[in-house]
Amino acid sequence: MLRVIGKRLALLVPTLFGLSLLLFFWVRSLPGGPATALLGERATPERIAEVNAAYGFDRPIVEQYVTYMGRLLSGDFGVSIETGRPVLEEFALRFPATIELAIVALIFAIGVGIPLGYIAAKYYGKAADHVSVVVSLIGITIPVFFLAFILKWVFAVQLGWFPPDGRQDSRIDATHVTGFWVLDGILTGEFDAAWDAFMHLILPGLALGTIPLAIIVRITRASVLEVSGADYVRTARAKGVMERTIRDRFVLRNALLPVVTTIGLQVGLLISGAVLTETVFAFSGIGRFLSQAIFSRDFPVLQGFILFIAIIYALINLIVDLSYSLIDPRVRVQ
Amino acid sequence: MFTSNHRRRGMFAAASGVAIAALLTGCVQSDRDDASSDDVDSTFVFAASSDPATLDPAFASDGESFRVARQIFEGLVGVEPGTADPAPLLAESWEQSADGLSYTFALKEGVTFHDGTDFNAEAVCYNFDRWYNFTGVAQSPSAGYYYNSLFRGYADSPEDAVYESCTPGDSETEVTVTLAKPFAGFIAALSLPAFAMQSPEALEEFGADDLTGSDEAVSITEYGQSHPVGTGPFVFDSWEVGSQLELSAYDEYWGDQGDVQQIVFRVIDDPQARRQSLEAGSIDGYDLVGPADTVALEEDGYQIVARDPFTILYLGMNQAVPELQDVRVRQAITMAIDKQQLIDQTLPEGTELATQFIPPVVAGYNEDVTTYDYDPEAARALLADAGYPDGFTLQFNYPTGVSRPYMPTPEEVFTNISAQLTEIGITIDPQPNAWSPDYLDRIQGGENHGIHLLGWTGDYNDTDNFVGVFFGAEKPEFGFDNPELFAALDEARAVSDLDEQLPLYEDINETIAEFIPAVPLAHPAPSLAFAERVESYPVSPVNDEVYNLIELAE
Repeated sequence: MLRVIGKRLALLVPTLFGLSLLLFFWVRSLPGGPATALLGERATPERIAEVNAAYGFDRPIVEQYVTYMGRLLSGDFGVSIETGRPVLEEFALRFPATIELAIVALIFAIGVGIPLGYIAAKYYGKAADHVSVVVSLIGITIPVFFLAFILKWVFAVQLGWFPPDGRQDSRIDATHVTGFWVLDGILTGEFDAAWDAFMHLILPGLALGTIPLAIIVRITRASVLEVSGADYVRTARAKGVMERTIRDRFVLRNALLPVVTTIGLQVGLLISGAVLTETVFAFSGIGRFLSQAIFSRDFPVLQGFILFIAIIYALINLIVDLSYSLIDPRVRVQ
Repeated sequence: MFTSNHRRRGMFAAASGVAIAALLTGCVQSDRDDASSDDVDSTFVFAASSDPATLDPAFASDGESFRVARQIFEGLVGVEPGTADPAPLLAESWEQSADGLSYTFALKEGVTFHDGTDFNAEAVCYNFDRWYNFTGVAQSPSAGYYYNSLFRGYADSPEDAVYESCTPGDSETEVTVTLAKPFAGFIAALSLPAFAMQSPEALEEFGADDLTGSDEAVSITEYGQSHPVGTGPFVFDSWEVGSQLELSAYDEYWGDQGDVQQIVFRVIDDPQARRQSLEAGSIDGYDLVGPADTVALEEDGYQIVARDPFTILYLGMNQAVPELQDVRVRQAITMAIDKQQLIDQTLPEGTELATQFIPPVVAGYNEDVTTYDYDPEAARALLADAGYPDGFTLQFNYPTGVSRPYMPTPEEVFTNISAQLTEIGITIDPQPNAWSPDYLDRIQGGENHGIHLLGWTGDYNDTDNFVGVFFGAEKPEFGFDNPELFAALDEARAVSDLDEQLPLYEDINETIAEFIPAVPLAHPAPSLAFAERVESYPVSPVNDEVYNLIELAE
């Protein structure tokens, strides 16, 4: 097991190396060069020369690359053009928020999606199946920002059940340790702050989790249907194995493999969905920061973000692969 | 300086819903009360559209930074409430020397900075000398924008500098600032937060001038990040980047402390989200309410407050386009537009019709300027005269995805004006561009544009800040070369006496009205929306709104 993890982590190195190489050339191939991208099209040649000198864009390409890699390796991702703070510091400020949000969204998507998909398959062709198919179709087609607005309007503005914006009520003075505010509240014993931070996660979490939920329902349904028709299920049933055991050990366990793969792939979707959700709920996560960075051509931020996401993605896929061996003993043997 | 918002509230809250809501939120509500105990009513939560760029106003030029800075800092000169005129603040009075170059200020006594140090003549000189001695990145327009553009030169380039020296007087409360060149707008300019007085001790301790980075990516200093120290009614508490910024009342404040004991600026960048937050009660107010929202919010019992317009929205005409070089064509376009109809349909309540490029409260406003009344028939005749009896095709550039105080909904303004121009036979070629960075680049950077929408929000009462910015030099935006106009603007700016300046600007406004480089459309009034408990808000045309003057109901 450890060897598998080690091997996979080692594979991450060439991936990131290749990506950083791509990014290096991407920045240098922006129309008119990076200085023009930064200054806009009406920059004077003198200003462009100044910026090129300041960023080292006028140095030989090999020298630039060595400097660039040296900085990356020492953890220097540069300074955000918009905020004047180091890129890593900005990420550290905002990433925990998005992770908290993504966890809530995933719990919602998995916790509701798998049972719903199972029920649909079990009552295949019946009303429950039709309902879940329609619900998941709506979930996939509804734009995230629209859903976010509707959720907010109904549950925050009209009903007042949940807070409409931010990560914490502005009147609560909470101590922050880790950047994960729910966790912070629990660690410091400020349970009201933890509860308040949690309440702030519900609506954006639902909005963000809806598309993954819909996809999980569909995959679970299809997979359970397929497994339910398998010979070993029929054999088990013929042997008189209890219906509950059939469900848990024969059907669900085998049906979960494709579902877990799908969940791993959803993480990318969560990040892109977070851009819109975080904007609607004024939630200070990485998504909202990223959308601002795109509009302001803040390329140190974009560059750092892409590398960051690549690492996250690779790690998630590693976890997914490892979970296969937990679910499916055959993988372990191989 | 800039930014804004729509939607209707329904009758969704059914009785059952309310009952469940009460049950479910019971615990949240009580938590909230515990956490904030008895100061619930004295916390004022305002939605900001973004984080401030920095808390050091000397290095800021954006509206959100200034909004915060106005609570923490005060300048020598303030603003007469409700107007754009300068008024005493930290300086109780001032005198100008006979040559117009020296100003002697009598400072308010007994004022202290938030760190306990005294505000006195030395502190004033420290600040002036600090700005004058900016070096490197601090001199770039993206850092010290206002000092750079108004005082022009620094200690290492004294030949350009407007500032010369600052000398403490005989007493602690007397100080003389001497300029190297006449600057009629000097006193008015000092009302900008960029020239607010900051604590010399704190500036030094927290490295306020240790800017690094390049001209484009100016780093934020420790001072600008978490240690701003001024003399204003509110003290900096905390800043959670991306979420909120908190200030609390300064106990030793020399003036009236007012109802607000704590200010929270909550960052909500989406205009729609700001409105929903107000409706859900998580904020007490927000700025730049969309015209469509004002009506709906007012009906629901929210307070809408409109600033006196200190803005101009205009239709620019690029004279690089051959047809637009003929003044008759420009006249025809002017006469084709029914400005009142445009205002009624697309701009917020309180908007005034524009006849020139400065709002009426600005010095040099010419009551008798030539105007062109709406007359599509005459416009058609003028076009025929100019050799276009069947009209011609004209590019119309407008920005998308943006709200400005002077233009909350550019798309609507575009649709309205296009329809009117089509009436007189001009074929419109619509050219939308995303505001940032494409639109401004296209309009201000190159020749490829026809007529376009743009405007301006004034910073303080200075005529040059409007007409000088637009028409002071040959620019790709308007594509004309009018040396007499440029010279007249240069001359007016150099006059140090406001009374002498006035007739010059009145003449300039008439010259512009006859030359028609653009059509002045309207002076839109930016609006704010507040929860019912906000009884009064110190609204100001130049955004000089300090929250100790807010009155809150119990």
